[in-house]
Amino acid sequence: MKNKLLKVNIQKKLKEFDLEVDFELKKGCLGILGPSGCGKSMTLKSIAGIINPDKGVVSLTADEETVYFDSDKRINLKPQKRNVGYLFQNYALFPNMTVEENIAVGLPKNHDPKEVSDMIRRFHLEGLEKRYPRQLSGGQQQRVALARILAYGPDVILLDEPFSAMDTYLKEQLRIELVNSLKDFDGFSVLVTHDRDEAFQFCDELIILDEGKIIAKGHTHEVFENPKKVEVARLTGCKNISEIEVIDDYHIKSLKWGLELETSEKISPNITHIGIRAHDFHPAQKDDVNAFDTENAALLEMPFEWEITLANGLWWKCEKQMREHEFVIPKYLRIDPKNIILLEE
Amino acid sequence: MTDWSPIFISMKTASLSILITFFIGLIVAWGIVKIKNDTTKIVLDGIFTLPIVLPPTVVGFFLLYIFGVRGPIGKFFLDFFALKIVFSWPATVIAAVVMSFPLMYRSARGAFEQVDSNLLDAGRTLGMSEWKIFWKVLFANALPGIVSGGILAYARGLGEFGATAMLAGNIAGQTRTLPMAVYSEVAAGNMGEAFNYVIVIIFISFIAIFIMDYFTIRKEKQWR
Repeated sequence: MKNKLLKVNIQKKLKEFDLEVDFELKKGCLGILGPSGCGKSMTLKSIAGIINPDKGVVSLTADEETVYFDSDKRINLKPQKRNVGYLFQNYALFPNMTVEENIAVGLPKNHDPKEVSDMIRRFHLEGLEKRYPRQLSGGQQQRVALARILAYGPDVILLDEPFSAMDTYLKEQLRIELVNSLKDFDGFSVLVTHDRDEAFQFCDELIILDEGKIIAKGHTHEVFENPKKVEVARLTGCKNISEIEVIDDYHIKSLKWGLELETSEKISPNITHIGIRAHDFHPAQKDDVNAFDTENAALLEMPFEWEITLANGLWWKCEKQMREHEFVIPKYLRIDPKNIILLEE
Repeated sequence: MTDWSPIFISMKTASLSILITFFIGLIVAWGIVKIKNDTTKIVLDGIFTLPIVLPPTVVGFFLLYIFGVRGPIGKFFLDFFALKIVFSWPATVIAAVVMSFPLMYRSARGAFEQVDSNLLDAGRTLGMSEWKIFWKVLFANALPGIVSGGILAYARGLGEFGATAMLAGNIAGQTRTLPMAVYSEVAAGNMGEAFNYVIVIIFISFIAIFIMDYFTIRKEKQWR
């Protein structure tokens, strides 16, 4: 048996920038993380065939290779022939069709009615068969949309910011539901998002896209732990980023916070910035390595966290208990040298 | 004694013309929505909308020019089928179609543009044919707008006067539609007869609007 492979290598000229995306996925879920308008959705739509790239190749190998798009060979399969499921941000359920009809829409005319009822059971939609999409809650709509896609039996599922327009409570619930629904799916999935938590939670592999270019690529954990570039650090949620002046191989001066810090890694000449995650500060003694004082810090209380803004502009986040409302800011804080992330512009 | 023939002529003309207008309007609207080039879009839209902006007699003048015995189409029909279009019943249909077309086309286009394009793409990724997407997704979801366009076009066709007078004339029993009959009776001083026709027109128009509105509202309520 051949190995499965989803290959995407596309270029498209856009008004603001040129989109250049190149990746291969061997299994599981790929996340594409980036700010809005960076070309994420464009990439998904190119895979689905809704938009045509100017140049490149999109192909899928399951049992055999199917070329979706190849600009050199002038191949451009219609979306109808690609066997790709697309979960739209607003789910795109047909408002004029009932739940049942929506799910059956991708099935052949003479399909077994059991196929639809199986999906209805699998997605816990019993009793809603005759309802119209407008009469469903957001969660139910998402389940119908997924049932419709999975009934069609796609090789690839594309998820286009599925939670971006929801309140926090619903979002958390639907994320869990989506993870469960996709557990049994053994094809590829690609999730596009601007939310680092979503990307982290769903995806084994991660691509970070900025202005149409891939700026980081790799295992999700790796990209988060070692972002390498300023923009990647910012997108993976690093709150503290500063330009630096190199003092020697293991010492730098932060230009933003006015601190001299020691690093555990040797500083190579291309390093221009450092990043420190907001959770990586610890209470310290005056003479500890990388310790600094916390005079004039501002304290902000969140339900499960303290957010402390230091006078020099650093952010510190510290876990707290729900019932605790008092917090004494330690006089000194330190940063473990190994927690200083070295970054390139 | 009231002559009932204008009622039958008008019903026949309005019914046939709405059938033609409805489908051509839908197809043209869909074609225009799909055009990507803005200039082409604006030029074509201008041409298709012109009949409601121009005075009906001007439209009638052009129609006479095209369908007249010396006009390109009129000559063709006369030479090959020995059919004279001007001052015959088909001319009333042609005039009604041309005059009511912009209303149908514009309403359908607006209704199509209101449909979320994601729905069409969703249909495509689910393997639906373009034909099925057009009817089951685009048409079905644009239906309320399309139906109201149809009502307007029907009413416009039923009330058509100026272009009809130019192209079809006012021949009793052949091309004398209800609006023509009202005009003729008033011109002849028969206000009573004219009044009868007026009542009939109001009655037909109201029934048509009622049926279609009822249908749309019920359909819409079902989804919401």
